[in-house]
Amino acid sequence: MPTAASTLPIIDADPFGPRVLADPLPFQHELREAGPVVVLAKYGVYAMGRHAEVQAALTDWQSFESGAGVGLANFRTEAPWRPPSLLLEADPPHHDAPRAVLTTILGPRQLARLREAWEADAAELVDTLLARASGGALEFDAVPDLAGAYPLRVFPDAVGIGPDGRENLLPYGDMAFNAFGPRNALVERDAERVGALSGWVASQCAREALSESGFGAQIWEAADRGDITHEQAPLIVRSLLTAGVDTTVNGIAAFLHAVATHPRAWERLRRQPALIRGSFDEAVRLESPVQSFFRTATRDVEIGGTVIPAGSKAVLFLGAANRDPRRWEDPDVFDVDRDPSGHVGYGFGLHQCVGQHVARAEATAVMGALARRVEAIELAATPRRHLNNTLRSWASLPLRFTVA
Amino acid sequence: MTLTAEAAPRPKRAAKPSRTARTTDQRAADQHAVVTAVERAADGVVAITLAHPEGRRLPDWTPGAHIDLVLADGTMRQYSLCGDRWDAHAYRIGVLRDPASRGGSATIHDTLRVGDTVRLGGPRNTFRLVPSPRYVFVAGGIGVTPLLPMIRQAELLGADWHLFYLGRSRSTMAFLDELVPHGQRVTVLAKDEVGPSDLGALIGPARADTKVYACGPQRLLDGVLAAAEADRWPEGWVRVERFAAAEQGEPARAQPFDVVLARSGATVTVAPGTTVLDAVQAAGAAVLSSCREGTCGTCEVAVLDGAPDHRDSILSPAERRANTCMFPCVSRSCSDRLVLDV
Ligand code: FES
Repeated sequence: MPTAASTLPIIDADPFGPRVLADPLPFQHELREAGPVVVLAKYGVYAMGRHAEVQAALTDWQSFESGAGVGLANFRTEAPWRPPSLLLEADPPHHDAPRAVLTTILGPRQLARLREAWEADAAELVDTLLARASGGALEFDAVPDLAGAYPLRVFPDAVGIGPDGRENLLPYGDMAFNAFGPRNALVERDAERVGALSGWVASQCAREALSESGFGAQIWEAADRGDITHEQAPLIVRSLLTAGVDTTVNGIAAFLHAVATHPRAWERLRRQPALIRGSFDEAVRLESPVQSFFRTATRDVEIGGTVIPAGSKAVLFLGAANRDPRRWEDPDVFDVDRDPSGHVGYGFGLHQCVGQHVARAEATAVMGALARRVEAIELAATPRRHLNNTLRSWASLPLRFTVA
Repeated sequence: MTLTAEAAPRPKRAAKPSRTARTTDQRAADQHAVVTAVERAADGVVAITLAHPEGRRLPDWTPGAHIDLVLADGTMRQYSLCGDRWDAHAYRIGVLRDPASRGGSATIHDTLRVGDTVRLGGPRNTFRLVPSPRYVFVAGGIGVTPLLPMIRQAELLGADWHLFYLGRSRSTMAFLDELVPHGQRVTVLAKDEVGPSDLGALIGPARADTKVYACGPQRLLDGVLAAAEADRWPEGWVRVERFAAAEQGEPARAQPFDVVLARSGATVTVAPGTTVLDAVQAAGAAVLSSCREGTCGTCEVAVLDGAPDHRDSILSPAERRANTCMFPCVSRSCSDRLVLDV
């Protein structure tokens, strides 16, 4: 529990309460304006929301460790709800080997092998959806039918899991990302299914459960070469299944929402499809599908005049940093001409999302397919948020598509 | 950066530089470092400490990693990092004076002084420490450098380990003082004291619980690999890195070069001190970047013509030679002209 110096701002709002989760922007503003470091009264933890400090803290793994958990729970004093991730919840030196293996398997040159197939899958999905159009237009809920459907179509195959039980992937991810927050109603709601979902995911990570050439098999081959141990392999496969689906679904939904609410942007992306890849990052900046991660101070760390004592938890609001006007001009505008480089939507530094190239490849494929066939994308009804302690997510995104 | 006369008119995008403004996360225009210490480490060996010119963090690295060091005269050599990765503000390398050297190590020994600026590439790691309950490290002379951070790592991981440190004589063997605290875990095998060592006896028969790491001159590595084969060590359980005493590599270029943006036809001249990334962005190409230190892979662009001067931490030696892509946040050009697919 921080002992607040007289100058240390204290914020009463609950960033994990339903009101802030439904619309985090006013909280993000309050957080940034309060100071470089604040205390969240409800949880007794430090928080940061300005781009400079968030990016610096993410980069400084020496001062801010991940091994004590990247959620509110401190693994040094509470048992984690599952065996900790070898990537997300680990520090050097333990983090090195799993990270090196995944960096290679998910690298852009390795993904290039999949690109054509992924583009064909995207075109086929879009064609099938648009076949339902009448009078040159159609409406559907883009969360299940497109943003969810596409990653669920290509990613589990790329990892190499079997066809059964894939409906568990999104609920498992939803649960895992809720678990980084406090034990609020969102976490309680999952309590009953933790065992079943975790059991299913664990069973998918076994060597026998995986196809011969997917990312999963490549992880096991790395263990055969001695690059990681055979005990580590299933947990690294688990990381892919946990972090690789919900995030991409929400990233693509964020992109769709952004173009639906910025018609000129869509026109421009149709004319200049080369801008799609960077614009996906702009959508990730704007929406920040992963809103926050915690770190734990390994020593007394001074930031902007405040000392975060060793052993304290600090929560970094990626979403707030990605809209910090100190860093971004017109931060609330989706601008396909903006250079979003340096956003912290994938984190930053040595824990930066190892699957970011996968996310970009999926989003570029699906939006590229849409750009070829769809002239206009608009909101058909008011979208509805899905609340999660960590993810900024949609329950429903009803869109109207005008066929080109 | 200057645009050459035949440059295409700037696309509209570049007229809105405000949205590309960088503030806190702006890196140095190019990866440079200053020498903060030069210390004698043994006969013919100096330990050099480097820091960011503005005192910022240097890129992260892992044990076994090396950097490219580019001297003021354009000579480029690779050196293993042998410092403390928990210190983000210093790199340490050990440099052996190669008696046959006419540039490189001799230039470093004779001319490099505290306060001098060098250019850096990497760090990159082709000699990674993989998990194991037990390690056998075999160092030959200056080949001890990548093994020093591995030893620290093995300690942190609670692994059982042993270092055999071979050299001509103790006076030529650097960093012996740092190894003293490890006591029995280190065996110093100075040839003038114990004669030649039997490498097969050092690494012993294959063990599933042991990984062997060896670094040193080619003869030592050949010996380790031959012994490993004779003793049926599985591939991947014995990992070696050659300490390249031979002078090699093209001098890095210090003059400006042209980059052609194939999609717009624009040509831009990249001056020393400007990154290719910044130059092509200013010329209107949208190239997404993130880490700006050659580690994340975001800024990858396809190379259509020309020979990049690769400075990233990502590409394998074969990929570097292929010259089909580059990371413009750190990499530059060896040729007068690079044509990029942007
Ligand atoms: S921006 Fe990360 S490799 Fe260039």
